[in-house]
Amino acid sequence: MIILPLRVESDIRGEARRAYPWECCGLIVGTSSAGVRRAARIVPLNNAREGEERRRRFAIDPLDFARAEREAAREGLEVWGIYHSHPDHPAAPSARDLERALPFYSYVIVAARDGEDRELNSFLLASDRSRMEPEEVWVGEK
Amino acid sequence: MPVTLFIPTALRGFTERNAELSLEAATVGELISALTQKYPDLRTHLLDEKGELRPFVNVFVGEINIQSRGGFAFPLKDGDVVTLIPAIAGGARG
Ligand SMILES: [Zn+2]
Repeated sequence: MIILPLRVESDIRGEARRAYPWECCGLIVGTSSAGVRRAARIVPLNNAREGEERRRRFAIDPLDFARAEREAAREGLEVWGIYHSHPDHPAAPSARDLERALPFYSYVIVAARDGEDRELNSFLLASDRSRMEPEEVWVGEK
Repeated sequence: MPVTLFIPTALRGFTERNAELSLEAATVGELISALTQKYPDLRTHLLDEKGELRPFVNVFVGEINIQSRGGFAFPLKDGDVVTLIPAIAGGARG
């Protein structure tokens, strides 16, 4: 289960609206204990895909990733989530999302239709890599 | 020739939580194969059916991304520091 404080959820949604019609992407940094992941903040990152490809794909530069992970570690936090948007597409993992998924991370996907943010879901890669499994998202304080 | 290998958070569940390993290898290919022999469950996440590195894993030797520098053939020397860095990607379609 992941906990997104209202401000964090609204930051992710804001990124999806701002990037539309392109995909936004970034990291979710926070703490985790006993299977519960709590977000502290997001790290918006540049979509490393080029031009029109950004309408349907995203990529994060490995050096951007490494830098964000070092900064999180300095604050005693960890990168446990990756978010991205699906412009004019449902908030469910695509075949490409599955193909490129890593174990461990919570993959938060937010749909953006006609420039407005819509549903937001989170998924984890199954250990045999066969599928992405939905996980519970709690928005608010807990 | 021992080299130091840093494991990203995402893969530490497969390395008994070890973040840093010391392994013997003369090339990046030998290093990955030493790693997957030590931790067989990592294999499916690091390598595809053809034994090639999955596209979401970058191998850096020092500051060099070996992808365009010979890949698995990239030579290692004593004391090299190798880091696996996730290349996060995906998208809504194709
Ligand atoms: Zn996607």
